[in-house]
Amino acid sequence: MIEFILNNAHIISDVLPTTVLLDFIRKEKKLTGTKEGCREGDCGACIVLIGRLINNKVIYKSANSCLVPLGDIHGKHVVTVEGFNQAELSPIQSAIADEGGTQCGFCTPGFVVSMTGYFLSNSSLNSSSAVESLGGNICRCTGYAGIKRATEIGILTYEKNKSQKKTHLENLIDLKFVPDYFSSIKDKLNHLNSDIFRKVRQSETKTLIAGGTDLYVQKWESLVRGQADLFSGKKNLSGISIEGDQIKIGAYTTIEEIKSSELLQKYFHQWNYYLNLFGSLPIRNRATVGGNIVNASPIGDMTNILLALDATVHLTDGTKKHQILLRNFYTGYKTLEKKKHEIVEAISFPIPAKNFLFNYEKVSKRTYLDIASVNSSIYLEMKNGKIFTIRISAGGVAPVPFFLKQTCTYLLKKEITTDTIIEAGQIAQQEINPISDARGSAEYKRLLLRQLFYAHFIKLFPQQIDLEKLL
Amino acid sequence: MKNYDSIRHTRGESLFVDDIASPEGTLFGYVFYSSVAHGKILNLDFSNAWYVDGIKGIFSAKDIPGENQIGGIVRDENLFAEDTVHFIGHPIALVVAETFLQAHEAVKKIKCEFEKLPAVFDPREAAAKDQLIVKPRIFSLGNVDDAWNSCDYVFEGSAESGGQEHLYLETQASLAFPIEGGGIKIISSTQGPTTVQRTAAQVLALPMHKIEVDVIRLGGGFGGKEDQATPWAVMAALAALKLNAPVKLILPRQEDIRITGKRHPYSSDFKIGLTKDGKIIAYEATYYQNAGAAADLSPAILDRTLFHCTNSYFIPNVKATALSCRTNLTPFTAFRGFGGPQGMFVIESAIHKAAQKMGVDPSVIQKKNLLNEGDEFPYGQKTLNCHIKKCYEEVETRYNPKEIYQRIAEFNEKNKLVKKGAAIIPVTFGISFTTTFLNQASALVHLYTDGSVSVSSAAIEMGQGVNEKLRMIAANELSISIERIKIESTNTSRASNTSATAASKGTDLNGFAVIDACKILIERLRKVASEELKQTNPEKIEFKNEIVFHAGEKTGLTFSKLVKAAYSKRISLTAQAHHSTPNIYFDTKVNKGEPFAYHTYGTAIVEVTLDCLRGIYKVDSVKVVHDFGETINRTIDLSQAEGGIVQGIGWMTCEELKWNNEGKLLTDSLSTYKVPDIYAVPKEIKIHFLENVPNPFGPNKSKAIGEPPFMYGIGAYFALVNAMKAFNPNLDLNYSAPLTPEKVLLTLYNKRQIGRE
Ligand SMILES: Cc1cc2nc3c(=O)[nH]c(=O)nc-3n(C[C@H](O)[C@H](O)[C@H](O)COP(=O)(O)OP(=O)(O)OC[C@H]3O[C@@H](n4cnc5c(N)ncnc54)[C@H](O)[C@@H]3O)c2cc1C
Ligand code: FES
Ligand code: FES
Repeated sequence: MIEFILNNAHIISDVLPTTVLLDFIRKEKKLTGTKEGCREGDCGACIVLIGRLINNKVIYKSANSCLVPLGDIHGKHVVTVEGFNQAELSPIQSAIADEGGTQCGFCTPGFVVSMTGYFLSNSSLNSSSAVESLGGNICRCTGYAGIKRATEIGILTYEKNKSQKKTHLENLIDLKFVPDYFSSIKDKLNHLNSDIFRKVRQSETKTLIAGGTDLYVQKWESLVRGQADLFSGKKNLSGISIEGDQIKIGAYTTIEEIKSSELLQKYFHQWNYYLNLFGSLPIRNRATVGGNIVNASPIGDMTNILLALDATVHLTDGTKKHQILLRNFYTGYKTLEKKKHEIVEAISFPIPAKNFLFNYEKVSKRTYLDIASVNSSIYLEMKNGKIFTIRISAGGVAPVPFFLKQTCTYLLKKEITTDTIIEAGQIAQQEINPISDARGSAEYKRLLLRQLFYAHFIKLFPQQIDLEKLL
Repeated sequence: MKNYDSIRHTRGESLFVDDIASPEGTLFGYVFYSSVAHGKILNLDFSNAWYVDGIKGIFSAKDIPGENQIGGIVRDENLFAEDTVHFIGHPIALVVAETFLQAHEAVKKIKCEFEKLPAVFDPREAAAKDQLIVKPRIFSLGNVDDAWNSCDYVFEGSAESGGQEHLYLETQASLAFPIEGGGIKIISSTQGPTTVQRTAAQVLALPMHKIEVDVIRLGGGFGGKEDQATPWAVMAALAALKLNAPVKLILPRQEDIRITGKRHPYSSDFKIGLTKDGKIIAYEATYYQNAGAAADLSPAILDRTLFHCTNSYFIPNVKATALSCRTNLTPFTAFRGFGGPQGMFVIESAIHKAAQKMGVDPSVIQKKNLLNEGDEFPYGQKTLNCHIKKCYEEVETRYNPKEIYQRIAEFNEKNKLVKKGAAIIPVTFGISFTTTFLNQASALVHLYTDGSVSVSSAAIEMGQGVNEKLRMIAANELSISIERIKIESTNTSRASNTSATAASKGTDLNGFAVIDACKILIERLRKVASEELKQTNPEKIEFKNEIVFHAGEKTGLTFSKLVKAAYSKRISLTAQAHHSTPNIYFDTKVNKGEPFAYHTYGTAIVEVTLDCLRGIYKVDSVKVVHDFGETINRTIDLSQAEGGIVQGIGWMTCEELKWNNEGKLLTDSLSTYKVPDIYAVPKEIKIHFLENVPNPFGPNKSKAIGEPPFMYGIGAYFALVNAMKAFNPNLDLNYSAPLTPEKVLLTLYNKRQIGRE
């Protein structure tokens, strides 16, 4: 049994836990405001909010309902566009209608949900972070101009009318951004019987679903026939902590959690910017680091970063545990040093040295919500003007998430000069073996890797690089 | 006043095909199609598919009771392949089962063996093999051959523009169910209900009156549902007829991208001759249109390329030749601009090339050659109320291109790795179906006794706001509150023999029809009013804000009372009107005539920033002056313009269709085919409505808006090229769109030429 709250209704259902949330909403519950535009997490027409009790507060996150297994919302609050409808339009709905933010209307419910979600989960509002929350919504009609205007109007309306004496949620209810029943959700969630849903035990024959953002794209039709288990039952596998000289990230930690981790932001100043290039907010809200690594895509972004950070993968089969360097984890295209029944528990990497340097580059056809044509990360430590430690990864240029081993070996103990970089770039070219595909020709990927490789050094050592000579 | 469609959209209450409560027992279809680009079907084996649980039927060519033919302009396209397949995605069968999953499962179990035949994907190769859909089309004016000698400069080159996936957010969708008397009702997401009706009738061997097509709204069309909604609707109808059950056929996104047509890719050659000071004396162009495997709308699209071959310029000597080339790709189809953008891209490339060689900015040449009042287009029509110069000059005064260029030059001087570029793009676009007979529409208006009003017409609502505009037009004509008016679904039983809602003409044609129908009702109501008021002269009756005036004096009679009175007097409260655009014609033998009711004009300046290290870029701003006539609804028109611009930028930059050597589309999902997202759009879009330009040929003096703004996107291409030149002045530049980050980088570093030459 799966028990949850859908808008203002208490739902108990015995459908399979792998049922797609979108299908449940539209077909079982006939809430057709949520649309299906792609079933691959790339259009946002299906976006809903998922509210979860954390420290006795309901925290709402947007998610692409086409990629969410119903079992994952057990004990949670799901909000569709209908869940925001009141007698009058909410200020957000009203602004979208007034500003030409909707034409055909097919994308609109998704925008309303994402935008309202932004208001629900942020009390300090500004238009650039609002736009970030709409990064997972595609509109083919309006060109987004009216949608951006509507966002600004929504923010102004809230700022102008909010009362300092009230909580953020009270203000949102008073100003009709969300209906009053939102005030009762916390209690309702507290009273949900969280035990009804029993997770099936991990087995060798079934696929394990973490965030589902790769799996549901690849094979939803087989998953909904029940050939999968959910990860959400495995406790304590999420979170970011320091353990000894390592930073450890639970496998089930989402990319958004990693992105907003204060610990990681402290070490990596551009962390937020880097991870903003990963999928979209609703995807990051679901996608996990474990999934990124096990999916083994040659252009996985988190994997790319972790390779340069010299990460170790912690595996377990339920009884035995073992560890392996991420660099040695991949044996071929989508093949891993991992037995079928092993799961990744965590990833860890050494705490960066004092004066370390780091940079991450990603180029894709569209800057946001796109898979890299090529990506690359670099981690560097200098000593006495020479390279003391260096690790560079390169995605999209080999069948596996690639580590530029020879290039790094060459660079070790060298001073940074333009000639050295050019030479190292040539070694990198010999190491890689890109193929032509939808994300670019082999020739392009070679050139692009050279450019990104240069970009690392131009960014990190602006004084030492002679651009005229390099380019 | 809010657009009532918009209100429902934001509440998720607008119904699309898949949202309509399906009739009990609805079955689901899935299309089985060719996996080779050209081949003979050797063996088609459904036996394993029949073992799948829930399977109800498998239909292929041999199950068609009528004709296996869906071609509109040319009868060259079958609904299901018979013995040969002509493209990957060519439908072979429809599988119907109790659930979508079962239908898909069964499709996977179908075995089909092919004998591969040679396939052609390149339009020039197809032309060389004489695989043309129709005879080459030639538009000419003056005499180019004589003119070259009098030119100071003559430049030649080529230009390529890529195809474009519509990516309407709602995929192709239809629901068909049997109705009494052996007929079928089809609810379809189509721009052309009559096309669906006629084709279904033909395929099912039924009279047209037994097929009823109903359209509530579309989740985006952009031309992609003008002809290409038809096969799926007809397949659903066929299965519904055969199984005597409701059948839903909704294409999953990936299948939709793989098997439906897109904007035509073009490969073109140009030759341009100018005087020393930039006056264009002669222009010659040859367009190789990649039509795909069947005609679809290609011939009409080909013509529009020619209609717009000179964009906004007067060129005294023109020869433009267009070839529609049959290849083994999905039949390409209508897409916003309908061949016009492809034609404009070539002339703008020619001007850019000439400017480069002459060492001037392209805007110098553009300005020298802008159309004046009374100038003749290559198709014989002369400009009337021509506002292109006004728009161009207004861009100069409002947005100050000189200053922009100056600022950019300074920026580029200072920055090595980041460069900026700008370009101006004027656009002149003819309004009307160039196939003259299509310029007709009808409206049916009912006044009910409670004073509420129902309006039916041939117009399809697909986001362009035609419903709201028609409501406003009707309210205005009847002098009543807009709240009284409801726009009905578009239904072939209420609007017969409709033209597709396309060519930006929906509001014009149907708006005039609504006006005419309302006028009929007003005439009748006047008579009733004069009787009620015991006056003899109905001429003195007027209606204002729901109140009847006599000789300028307010009376006690209101609209609602009047309607009731009319009913009691047994006066018809229903009117039907038909509108056809007057005075247009086109003689396809000599390719001269007056095909357009009018032209719309506008000019944009586009600025971009290019990261020359990584080859990625951003459009900073698009600033426009556009001639909307007198806008009926500012919000709708503004949003149309903004959306068109962004779609045009997408076509020119990130939207790339890639096929492998076998003719298989590689960019067949949203993860590989990238349309602009909220980050990719210009930081600033400014649109100025050109003032005091009432359009005598549009309803309430308005102008069509759907397509023209799309072409401002072309400016983004040239702005980018200019930024690239700032980085590498020795750029080996050919004109090839889309200018993806890949092309940018390879060109910046001279790794590969862009396109051909
Ligand atoms: C629209 C969209 C955009 C995307 N953008 C990006 C992007 O920009 N960059 C990027 O790198 N990726 C992107 N992805 C891919 C995907 O989101 C990531 O790879 C994500 O990290 C996968 O995590 P998940 O938890 O969703 O994996 P799932 O789909 O749940 O699982 C993926 C695989 O990993 C296995 N698995 C998951 N967790 C474990 C574990 N702990 N132990 C053992 N096996 C496990 C699963 O069995 C499955 O085989 C995108 C995906 C979508 C749909
Ligand atoms: S349907 Fe497109 S993101 Fe879910
Ligand atoms: S309004 Fe049509 S997709 Fe956004």
